[in-house]
Amino acid sequence: MRKQLTFVFALFAALAVLPLLAQAFNEPFYINLVGRMVIFSIAVASLNLLIGFGGMVSFGHALFIGLGAYAVGGLSFYEIHNGWLQMALAIALCATVGLVTGFIVLRTTGIAFIMITLAFAQMFYFLMVSLKQFGGDDGMPLNQRSDFGFFNLETDTSIYYAALVLLIAVLLTTYKLIHSPFGMVLRGAKANPVRMAALGFAVFRYQLVAYVLAASVCGLAGFLLVNLAKFSSPSYMAWSVSGELIVMAVLGSMLWRGSMTAKVASPVIGTLVFLIVEEVLKAGTEHWPLILGSLIVIGVLLSSGVTLNKSNTKAAP
Amino acid sequence: MSTLVITQLLNGLQLGVLLFLLAAGLTLVFGIMNFVNLAHGSLYMMGAFFAANAYNFTESFLAAALVATLGMALLGWLLQQLVIRHLSQRDHLDHVLATFGLILFFNELARMIWGSQPYYMQVPEALSSTVSLFGIDYSAYRLLIIAVGLGVAAGLYWLIHRTRLGMLIRAGASNPKMVAALGVNIQRMNGILFALGAALAGVAGLMAAPILSVQPGMGDTILILTLVVIVIGGIGSIRGSFYAALIVGVVDTLGRSVLPLALREVFERSTANAAGPAVASMLIYIVMAVVLAVKPQGLFPVRQG
Repeated sequence: MRKQLTFVFALFAALAVLPLLAQAFNEPFYINLVGRMVIFSIAVASLNLLIGFGGMVSFGHALFIGLGAYAVGGLSFYEIHNGWLQMALAIALCATVGLVTGFIVLRTTGIAFIMITLAFAQMFYFLMVSLKQFGGDDGMPLNQRSDFGFFNLETDTSIYYAALVLLIAVLLTTYKLIHSPFGMVLRGAKANPVRMAALGFAVFRYQLVAYVLAASVCGLAGFLLVNLAKFSSPSYMAWSVSGELIVMAVLGSMLWRGSMTAKVASPVIGTLVFLIVEEVLKAGTEHWPLILGSLIVIGVLLSSGVTLNKSNTKAAP
Repeated sequence: MSTLVITQLLNGLQLGVLLFLLAAGLTLVFGIMNFVNLAHGSLYMMGAFFAANAYNFTESFLAAALVATLGMALLGWLLQQLVIRHLSQRDHLDHVLATFGLILFFNELARMIWGSQPYYMQVPEALSSTVSLFGIDYSAYRLLIIAVGLGVAAGLYWLIHRTRLGMLIRAGASNPKMVAALGVNIQRMNGILFALGAALAGVAGLMAAPILSVQPGMGDTILILTLVVIVIGGIGSIRGSFYAALIVGVVDTLGRSVLPLALREVFERSTANAAGPAVASMLIYIVMAVVLAVKPQGLFPVRQG
């Protein structure tokens, strides 16, 4: 327990000093690169609430990255650069879409849940592709980064630290949440939904709240990502991104097992390792997806069943 | 207007049978092996490349058909032996992860072998003419697609309801353990099934290759449509996937072609031009949402026994 906490502190200390080092060595590129990893960690942490603690394998979570990004891009398109407004819209949009789609997808379990979350994400993907006023297929550049009044996200470093603070807040909240009565019901529903229902809990409502919560947090990741990249694109919510989010969440749980601390913070490890491997492969060969795909398949084959894995996606016998 | 509607109805039917070819294989594998194969779209893509390559090499559609079907059956069998077999007892999350890896693998493999530029296959000359039907001229090749799709549907019905293998498939779907206990080699049957599913994806790829551009990633979009089909039809039900495929094919095609025109009658031109494509692209998902809201198990739920 103590060791794991030390590790978490060391990890975040390293992430906190990274921009200083990058500037000292005059390699500002790394601020952008690792900043993206920190932002993705937020998205994966929100997905981890669904998969790791709720047993809901969503294959459409990237949808909310995209919605968060387009909330900023859309407002910026109409010359509204106020960060608070943009953030509020990102959260409101993701929460609303999460509520409506969650209401439908949570009526199903198991494999149907996986397929329908994927289908809904794809629906919004095609919607954004067909909206030519927001750039359609090509995406839309962000002319000015979000302005929060007393501070703004003008530099990569400011976005980096905003993302890092947000990530820590998300992880701490997740830790609190899963130890609260709400979290207990959610985890109970993962282990045995029928029994939880028999105990008198309205499982559906708890799962829906978790779904909306995860969607909103992921929207914040989108909010940060569009600021960092100065660009919003339908590709943020492509099905492959949703797949990568799952891979990162599962990878984290495989690399770092053990206490609740590990379970809450493992998405950060999974994200960092996955994105670093991806970057290394990209630098090595243009055919990197071939190797990455093989690594994923081999990894699954060699693992003796993923630890995240006691999800309720097993079909009824 | 009416000629347009009839043409688009036929086009919808043609998309529908293509979707059925894919959905049947996917739902068959899922229903019996309880395996979620997201790489099914990649098999379709490989089938299209096999067919196009064989056709451009031999100039014979029959040879292309043989290569696509048998080649894909072989590839499917290999895949089952190397990967799928080891995952059948695992959780669905493992299936999703492994087949996601396979999608990345196959897309890049295709890009390495055939390049990322679209690869074309000509419609065979004998079928490049049009046929007069219901007072309109319609492409003979597209009619052939519809015929092949309906033929495969009939063949599958015969296979599952009239043959010994079909009997085992039905028995395996309801109680695989009991079937294994009665002395049936379930592993071998799973291999055959997976090969059959891959061969059906190969047929879909073959039929689609001359009318679409064959390129890496072409399986991904159609995979999502296929998933929508089997969710609407009821997961595991071949009959359900048949009706759902036709519904999705027709709704999607009519939505894209007729809906923008219809909107133009009601709204102003600029509004209709903006809203038309957006609504059309969302239409089948709305249909799916409505079906699920009414029947969460799909239109033809499979009884688990």
